[in-house]
Amino acid sequence: MDGTHDLGGRQGFGPVPVEKGDAPFHYDWEWRMWALARAGIAHGITIDWFRHGLERLVPADYLSLRYFEKWCANYLMLMLDNQTVTFDEVLSGHVEKPDDPAPAKSLDDVLQGNRGGHISFETAVDTSPRFAVGDTVTTKRLMPEDHTRLPGYARDAKGTVIAYHGAHALPDKGAHGIHEGDHLYTVSFTGQELWGEQANPRDTVMLELWECYFV
Amino acid sequence: MASFDSENAAEIHRHLHSHLPSDPALRVKALESLAIERGLVAAETIDSWIEAYAEHIGPKRGARVVARSWLDPEFRTRLLDNAAEAIRDFGFEGSATGHLKAVANAADVHNMVVCTLCSCYPFSILGMSPAWYKSTEYRARAVREPRAVLAEFGVDLPEEVAVRVWDSTAELRYIVIPERPAGTEGWDEEALAAIVTRNSMIGTDRVLKPEAL
Repeated sequence: MDGTHDLGGRQGFGPVPVEKGDAPFHYDWEWRMWALARAGIAHGITIDWFRHGLERLVPADYLSLRYFEKWCANYLMLMLDNQTVTFDEVLSGHVEKPDDPAPAKSLDDVLQGNRGGHISFETAVDTSPRFAVGDTVTTKRLMPEDHTRLPGYARDAKGTVIAYHGAHALPDKGAHGIHEGDHLYTVSFTGQELWGEQANPRDTVMLELWECYFV
Repeated sequence: MASFDSENAAEIHRHLHSHLPSDPALRVKALESLAIERGLVAAETIDSWIEAYAEHIGPKRGARVVARSWLDPEFRTRLLDNAAEAIRDFGFEGSATGHLKAVANAADVHNMVVCTLCSCYPFSILGMSPAWYKSTEYRARAVREPRAVLAEFGVDLPEEVAVRVWDSTAELRYIVIPERPAGTEGWDEEALAAIVTRNSMIGTDRVLKPEAL
C-alpha cells in the first residue's frame, strides 16, 4: 500500500540523528517491548501480517511515535484482532480470567531459542524462473492496496538481476495468512534510473523482489 | 485466529489511538501484564531475553566474523558465498540470519544497508539496531542521497568510489565487511575484532582506526 511506512526517497526529512540515536534502546520499556516480541506473545500470525499491522497504524502515529511504541500498539492490535484479549481488558491492563502461567525460560533457553530463529523462507513452486542473472527487468506500475515489498520508489523502473535465490514465500500472500512461493531475485537499479541525473552515475540501489512484481 | 483483514487492523489501530494512555511505559506495562496473565510468557522469560540481547547477542559477534574474514581467506570465501552458513562456525546463527549476505567494501566500492519499508536487521549477529537506523530520516534518505547521509556520519567518500545501497526490505539481511586498516599487521582475531565498529558493519562508517579500543 502507498502508506506512510513507504519512506524510501521521501523528501523533507532533516539530518539523521547520528549521535542522539546511537543507542538501540533509550528506556527500560523499550527493552521490555523487544523482549516481549522475542518471546512470541502473538500466536497464529505471520511476519507479513505483523509488518502490515505496523503499516496500518494511524499515519500521524507512524511518523511521531517512538519505534517500540509502534510495536506496542501493533501487538495490542494483533492480540485484539485474534481475540486473545478484549478491548476492555486492554484498557484495564488486566485479563478478566487469567490462564495458567507460562513456563519460565532461562537465559540458556532463550539463547537456544534465538538460534532456532535461523530459518529459511524458501518455498517450492512448480514454475521455472522467467529471468536469469544479467537480465533486465521492469517493475510494475501497480501498487496493491495491502501488503507488498515493492517500494514506491522502485515502481515502473528498469533494473538488472544480479542474483536469483530460488522461490521464497511471497509476503503479499503471507499478510493474508497464505503460504505461497514465488521466484526471488536481487535487482540492482542505478541511482540515475531512480532519482534522475543528479545521482552519482556510479551509485546503485539493490532490492530483493519477487517475480510477480515484474512486467 | 488472526483475521488477516487489513481494514480490521486499521480500525483497531484507530480505536487504540483514541483510547490508550499516552505514556508509552504504561502501554507496554499493560501489554506485559496482559501477556503474563494470559499465560503467553513468564516475567522471568522477559528478563532472560533482555539479558540475552544486553550481554550476548550484539555487534561484537559481527566484529568477530569480520576479523576472521581478514585473517582466514578460506573463511572469507565461504562468508561471501553464503554468510548464513559461515556464521555457524561461531554459533551466531539465529533470528533474521537465515538468509544472511555479506558484502565487502573495496577501494572503489562502499556498501551501506537500510530498510526503507520497516527496520529489517540481522539481529543475531548485530543485536538490536541503533535508533538512527529505524529513524524516518535514515530510511527516507539513505537510498536517495547516500553520500549526504554518509557525510553526516563523518564518512567523506571520494566521487569515484561507487556506493551500493542494499535496501533489505525483504528476504535477505546484510552485513558489510569493511576493509582491514593498515597498521594492523600481525594482530590476532580478538585485537582485530575490537576495532570493528557496529556502524562499519551497517555501512555508515568506512575507515577503521588501527588503535586498540
